[in-house]
Amino acid sequence: MLNTKTILAALALVAGLAAPAMAQDHSTPHIEKQSWSFAGIFGTYDQNQLQRGFQVFREVCSSCHGARLLAFRNLAEAGGPGFSEAQVKALAAEYEVADATADGGVRAAVAADRWPSPFETEQDARDANGGALPPDFSVLAKARGVTDAFPFWVFNYFTGYSEGGPDYIHALLNGYHEEAPEGFELADGKYYNDYFPGHAIGMGPPLMDELVGYEVAEGEAEVPLTVEQYSTDVAAFMMWMAEPHLAGRKQTGFVVLLFLVLFAGLMYATKRRIWQGIEH
Amino acid sequence: MSEHSTYTPGNAVEKWLDDRLPIIRFSKEHLMDFPTPKNLNYWWTFGAILVMCLVIQIVTGVILAMHYTPHVSMAFDSVEHIRRDINGGRMIQSFHAVGASMFFAAVYIHIFRGMYFGSYKAPREILWILGVLIFLLMMATAFMGYVLPWGQMSGWAATVITNIFAAIPVIGNPLLELLRGGFSVGNPTLNRFFSLHYLLPFIIAAIVVLHIWALHVPGNNNPVGVDVKDTKRDTLPFHPYYTMKDAFGMVLFLIPFAWFAFFAPDILGHPDNYIEFNAQVTPAHIVPEWYFLPFYAILRAIDFNILFIDSKLGGVIFFGGSILILFFLPWLDTSKVRSGNFRPMFKWFYWLFVVNFVALTYLGAAPAEGIYVVLAKICTAYYFIHFLVILPLLGRIETPRPLPTSISESVLGKAH
Ligand code: HEC
Ligand code: HEM
Repeated sequence: MLNTKTILAALALVAGLAAPAMAQDHSTPHIEKQSWSFAGIFGTYDQNQLQRGFQVFREVCSSCHGARLLAFRNLAEAGGPGFSEAQVKALAAEYEVADATADGGVRAAVAADRWPSPFETEQDARDANGGALPPDFSVLAKARGVTDAFPFWVFNYFTGYSEGGPDYIHALLNGYHEEAPEGFELADGKYYNDYFPGHAIGMGPPLMDELVGYEVAEGEAEVPLTVEQYSTDVAAFMMWMAEPHLAGRKQTGFVVLLFLVLFAGLMYATKRRIWQGIEH
Repeated sequence: MSEHSTYTPGNAVEKWLDDRLPIIRFSKEHLMDFPTPKNLNYWWTFGAILVMCLVIQIVTGVILAMHYTPHVSMAFDSVEHIRRDINGGRMIQSFHAVGASMFFAAVYIHIFRGMYFGSYKAPREILWILGVLIFLLMMATAFMGYVLPWGQMSGWAATVITNIFAAIPVIGNPLLELLRGGFSVGNPTLNRFFSLHYLLPFIIAAIVVLHIWALHVPGNNNPVGVDVKDTKRDTLPFHPYYTMKDAFGMVLFLIPFAWFAFFAPDILGHPDNYIEFNAQVTPAHIVPEWYFLPFYAILRAIDFNILFIDSKLGGVIFFGGSILILFFLPWLDTSKVRSGNFRPMFKWFYWLFVVNFVALTYLGAAPAEGIYVVLAKICTAYYFIHFLVILPLLGRIETPRPLPTSISESVLGKAH
């Protein structure tokens, strides 16, 4: 008979090997995987963390990075940071958006508007950043990943590892060095980062301890004001921005899988029953 | 096969219909009464699984097309719009994207099943050839679909793959321009790919009908590979035996499908495709989707000139040849015995071929440097040697094990 085990092993291999083997720069150090609330089968976003991450984004990153697919109203949607409609309305009103039909071509934003870009054009953005372009954040957390060495990525298919983006962003924000290692030629306006491909990044370290003042609600634990904490929070927020329906998708998925497994069991029993007594 | 028909119209309306369009009779003959070997194992459920995959792709695809915008400045955002703003859009999109991978996983199993059990041999050559044709169309469809989200990998895959055609002498450049709708990959490319991506699945569906027609003339092959001798003892009606077994197989197949679609919808893709296509910025590594990797490895393995054929054309010849050679498999395999179970030497070479194919998959994703280049050449050579040397020779030198006289005998001889 065809050896089922051999075939399954071969298939697992095919699926595994097929991993987009993005051979990265070999000198890139290993990226530590963080434990995210949104990982795994039961993953959901931590609302408080998203609110903190949003604060970091708004107060720090958004002066250079846009988020053109994020609408203000998204911030009040289920599964997200959970701001109230009123909060979002007030927040939007603080921003101006271009509108050809408005007096003077701009008006205060409303909840339905998208997050306004910090720069008019790509060239403006480059000019302000020494030639480097700060990428838009909308889906950035899905546009980056972590490459595991063989055979570890094989396990990712079974654990459903999909947090490579936030892991990378977290590592990047913590990966700066005051000075480049000896022998590394760092161009003017570039900074040395362990995790950025090629190591010379055009973004200076955007975070430092105590840069953002988190408000702590009464009765809640103090959140440390550290780069480590900020970077985790903002990475989580970026993941939400890139994948806003993650929690709902996973909840549905759990029900669907449970159903499929039970249904398969019933189907198997029925099949056995029908085939009973037939030599095959 | 009307001789298997046991249909008698139940009432006047059915009778009226039966005299004009005997569709109920036809369905009963082909979907219910069709005599099917009783010894088919679960590898035979993949045909039904593939039908399911095709239906899933078409249904999800039609919905996606309602919200997608085939324009270079809007395509990327419109796919994100589907994921973000459409009710259930994230799931429809991920079922379509993950579905493509699952479709290929299933088709590879289906093809390798056919190769092991010699299902391509007489009288099923046309059935096999139609299958290879479907496989080719699936590749074209998947490739063009991958271009639609207009990410970095989309645009660069379109650039690299259309470029392959430029290597063909004389018609190469006109062909390249025809495919792209211009000198470079741009809006005309995206529009024609969208149009064709919508069209081809229906052509595939039509060929699947022929495929199943060609199956229903000789009937199924089976794991022991001997023909049906006595319909009564060797076969079972398709319904309820195989409808039930196939349905179970389909539900089982949906489990890993749902796992990926709900919990890791992007794991089979490449993060770079979440960056909008930019013709000025080449990604560090352009890697096709996993299901193209073995053939991509063959394409890249030819990096040397062969006599007057330059490496680029050589790559195209081997790349095309690696798929076209499948059309000739029924005549390259000279053994009269179908099932690999009764071919002691073939068995070994079959598994070697599988390992070699997996290795090619790996090498297609590996950087084209150092040891990988050498290995890719060896594996490419072996791929062709399997078809052109080993299979023709094996049929002559191998002594097959004695075949059972009938399916029912082999079934009864099995220890339970
Ligand atoms: C002063 C402007 C500025 C600020 C503030 C800023 N960035 Fe950046 N960022 C840049 C620039 C410029 C680049 C492009 C760097 C390059 O390509 O070399 C960049 C790139 C990035 C990248 C992509 C790196 C890659 O792999 O390509 C990430 C992630 C990122 N920034 C995160 C952040 C986060 C999170 C914050 C807020 C805590 C932030 N940035 C604040 C200017 C800024
Ligand atoms: C859309 C893709 C396809 C669909 C829907 C499809 C469907 C089917 C179905 C329903 C069967 C009968 C059940 C079974 O044997 O599993 C079958 C049999 C077969 N298919 Fe396909 N098929 C597809 C692609 C292919 C391809 C790509 C090949 C080969 C290159 C192929 C080769 C065969 C062969 C040889 C058989 C006969 C198997 C036997 O009876 O032993 N098929 N196909």
